[in-house]
Amino acid sequence: MNDALHLEFTVEGNNFLSAGSASDEVKNTLKKLGIKAQAVRRVAIAMYEGEINMVIHAGGGNAYVDMFADHIKIVLADTGKGIEDIQLAMQAGYSTAPEDILALGFGAGMGLPNMIKYSDRFDIQSTIGEGTTITMEIDFDQR
Amino acid sequence: MKDMYDKSISTVMLDSDKCRGCVTCMKRCPTEAIRVRNGKATVLYERCIACGECVRLCPHHAKLARYDSFDIVNDFKYKIALPAPSLYGQFNNLDDINIVLNGLKEIGFDEIFEVARGAELLSQATRKFIATNKDLPKPIISSACPAVVELILVRFHSLEDRLLNMLAPVDIVAQMAREEAINKGISPQDIGVFFISPCPAKVFALKTGLGVDKPVVDGVLSVSEVYMRLLPIMPKLKEIKPLSKVGKTGLQWASSGGEAAGLYIDKYLAADGIENVINMLTSIEDGKLNYIDFVELNACNGGCVGGVLNIENPYVAKARIRNLRNKLQFNCNTLEQYDKPNSYYEWQTKPQVKEVYRLDEDRAVAMKKMSRIEDIYKTLPNLDCGLCGAPSCRAFAEDVESGMADISMCVRMDNYYKTK
Repeated sequence: MNDALHLEFTVEGNNFLSAGSASDEVKNTLKKLGIKAQAVRRVAIAMYEGEINMVIHAGGGNAYVDMFADHIKIVLADTGKGIEDIQLAMQAGYSTAPEDILALGFGAGMGLPNMIKYSDRFDIQSTIGEGTTITMEIDFDQR
Repeated sequence: MKDMYDKSISTVMLDSDKCRGCVTCMKRCPTEAIRVRNGKATVLYERCIACGECVRLCPHHAKLARYDSFDIVNDFKYKIALPAPSLYGQFNNLDDINIVLNGLKEIGFDEIFEVARGAELLSQATRKFIATNKDLPKPIISSACPAVVELILVRFHSLEDRLLNMLAPVDIVAQMAREEAINKGISPQDIGVFFISPCPAKVFALKTGLGVDKPVVDGVLSVSEVYMRLLPIMPKLKEIKPLSKVGKTGLQWASSGGEAAGLYIDKYLAADGIENVINMLTSIEDGKLNYIDFVELNACNGGCVGGVLNIENPYVAKARIRNLRNKLQFNCNTLEQYDKPNSYYEWQTKPQVKEVYRLDEDRAVAMKKMSRIEDIYKTLPNLDCGLCGAPSCRAFAEDVESGMADISMCVRMDNYYKTK
């Protein structure tokens, strides 16, 4: 754990102006570390989707990011309403986003599927009424 | 003017006497390429993308774009001018492009080859390229604005494969003009090909040979300097010969959206102004614009008419060019006329990404450096005031870590701790 570079972010709920700023900062840090472009891109997409989910569904949350020599670990934790049916939520195109969010062009139901697609290890824990914690790990050098 | 042409690869220059060290350019530089040292703005050239923002923003006019002096044309016997379409937007009450072109002949050019002709050919070549390469990762990003290409090469490495594999209009016409002259029997060493440029990014791209095997022009002049020479001559022209060979499609490349409109596709997006460009590139990187087929990006507001080597306001120039367009045919140049393979319009060499922000080649070392940077950053006031000479507290932390700056240069630290 000693060699990990740790970053923490607070993601504000329902604030579309600041949405994506945490993933942006992680992205810039990875670029400075010399991580390959394709890995940076996968981190960018996976983390952006997770961040947006917290903004839309959970009233915000926290992002804990640890960068290791060969991979990155991203933990997105919120204390929102939780996910009723995780299997359903992970299906491409399934969305519970409200009308006003859909009108903004978000909520296409690709959030979780994209996070799974672009991460190497994915875990989701959710309890109704307590919140959701997503853990993603992305390797820097494979694929 | 001092130090004007002494740096061979520098993109912008400083008139030290005028620079007050005010941090305006440094704060707005899109690649954090400027530092204020000893009260003067200095450029980290390896980061500079030649966008010209600092030239545009400097309140004291201390930043100067680099281009060749007009006198350079006299080094050649047969002089060919390649005017950018934005040149036509600089003149008030102009109703015929031919007046500008005849004026160019009057000030010493033997031949004119309009860059907008190359734009027309590229529109057609790009349509063909997109139609035959349906599997390309989307969106495809235009490579016409060299500042945008450079920005991707330094800051958005993952988008390198999205760049349209096509030369810029000026590269095409430079090659064609030279070939035509040689075919006329003019000796190659007598031929001088000169681009009349609206921006320093084009100057930089042509000097370094972006996308081409070797530089295709012999000099790059500025629209503003050529304008000053044309202005007194144009009203006195005795005869206006029909020299112009451009249509609407080519001319519309002068302003934002013109290139994309020439592709005849629905799902395109055109953005201009460096901040919007960065926003769009960030969105593409985050996978937010995958439903768009083609993205045209111009670093300057309004497109090429917004380049800092122009005279006129970009929106005025755009309106004038629109008026000129109305009188023209749709197309005057087709690929069939020239009988070149599509590869003639494509990159000869692929531009390479530049590792200018990487802290170290060794990732473990880079991570140690990043940890130290984080530690330094936490002690800073996070005001991004620029008084230390770096554009942000984070950039300052990086400079302190690398030894480029000393922590004592932060003048607001004490203040910060007193009020905290």
